[in-house]
Amino acid sequence: MAGTILKAKNFNAFFGQNQVLKNINLDIMRNDVVAVMGPSGCGKTTFIRCINRMHELTPDATAEGEILVDDKNVYKMNLIVLRRKIGMVFQRPNPFPTMSIYQNAIAGYLLNGIKLTKSKKDEVVETSLKRVALWDEVKDSLHKKGTFLSGGQQQRLCIARAISLNPEILLLDEPTSALDPISTSKIEELIYELKKNYTIIIVTHNMQQAGRISDKTAFFYLGEVLEYNVTKEIFTNPKHEKTQNYITGHFG
Amino acid sequence: MTHLDTELQILKSETISMWELVILQMRKTREAFLQLDKDLAREVIMNEKRVNSYELKIDRDCEHIFALFNPVAVDLRFVLAVLKTNNNLERTGDIAEGIAKFIINAGEPFDQNLLKSARVIEMFDVGIEMLSDVLNAFENEDTALARSVFKKDENLDEINVKANSVVGNYIANNIDRIDESLYILSTIRKLERVGDQAKNIAEEIIFYIEAKVLKHRSQP
Repeated sequence: MAGTILKAKNFNAFFGQNQVLKNINLDIMRNDVVAVMGPSGCGKTTFIRCINRMHELTPDATAEGEILVDDKNVYKMNLIVLRRKIGMVFQRPNPFPTMSIYQNAIAGYLLNGIKLTKSKKDEVVETSLKRVALWDEVKDSLHKKGTFLSGGQQQRLCIARAISLNPEILLLDEPTSALDPISTSKIEELIYELKKNYTIIIVTHNMQQAGRISDKTAFFYLGEVLEYNVTKEIFTNPKHEKTQNYITGHFG
Repeated sequence: MTHLDTELQILKSETISMWELVILQMRKTREAFLQLDKDLAREVIMNEKRVNSYELKIDRDCEHIFALFNPVAVDLRFVLAVLKTNNNLERTGDIAEGIAKFIINAGEPFDQNLLKSARVIEMFDVGIEMLSDVLNAFENEDTALARSVFKKDENLDEINVKANSVVGNYIANNIDRIDESLYILSTIRKLERVGDQAKNIAEEIIFYIEAKVLKHRSQP
């Protein structure tokens, strides 16, 4: 189903008096991979944390304006429903340390108190792990702790955990910055596969990664979106001088 | 200045050096052609190896920059433009060498009247001027100067078209000078190609500075 899945309208975010996002207006199309780039402190992570309302968990954090997912304002949605629609994966792989690989893969169901039959659980675990290309590597050790896996495998397990509830949007906050090149490459291939079913918003500092995997790139600077365009355009002919300076390494 | 900036600066200097050599080759070829100076023509042929060495070196440097620095935006366009300009310059060097070979093979000095009526030396001059203009445009990032060569290329094209009847008439009246006439006509064809190479380079300069693609457009 084509069309806009996420729309930010005149969106502002604050930590106390400090405004970290300024008048963000952004449309994200369904099944696009959108890279969010910009120098440290420009508001990239805050932006994606606003999408699934993690921003408001920080004391003194406030927001104004609207973020619409499927035309519904996320700030008026039930938080559990919202988080089921929007999965998130963080910079450092963080499988639940007390849970097995199997339990991690269905953690969304377990923690939400959603009861599943044994066969349904098996099906969800297998499907999720296959989608992240981890099944073949772990199918014989499903009941070992998730933390026994390598960093790259742990991160794929976290992505499996995020997609097991069939979200519509996946937020990835620098998901490969703690991984080696082989694991990074596997995650990138995975993103390419996952975009068939999900809309992906990825914060990345790795410009080549943004170039390789994203359809569109949003360049954030001092809390504003300076440029949002097709990634090929951003990397060959950026319209804003600051974007050009940033991607060519001439910043500051 | 970033490490990439330094590499790009070195690449630019190398390209300018190659460019100056190619212009010098064209100037010597013009001189050798005018005087039927076979020694100078041999020197042009010998120096063609240096042009080829530049081509290989610049190709390799571009490859390294792509592989190691992943240039983007204006940097990417610059390296792409240098890569193509390198090719155009090498071909221009080949043209100078080709004309030098005609000079060595020619038996006697070319008829000055024919050179004048076919406007061969004028073609040499316009071609060399175009190469110098695009070099200056490249050095100073001057797209207006780059655009100015398109008109000069039209001038070369016009001389080339008219040369058929001029040389044809000459052959009809000087049946014993067919070889010489054909060398001159072939030289005219080659000089017309010099204009094309300079025009291609101008398009690359505009592409890299303005991100505009002018290739295959009727009105650049």
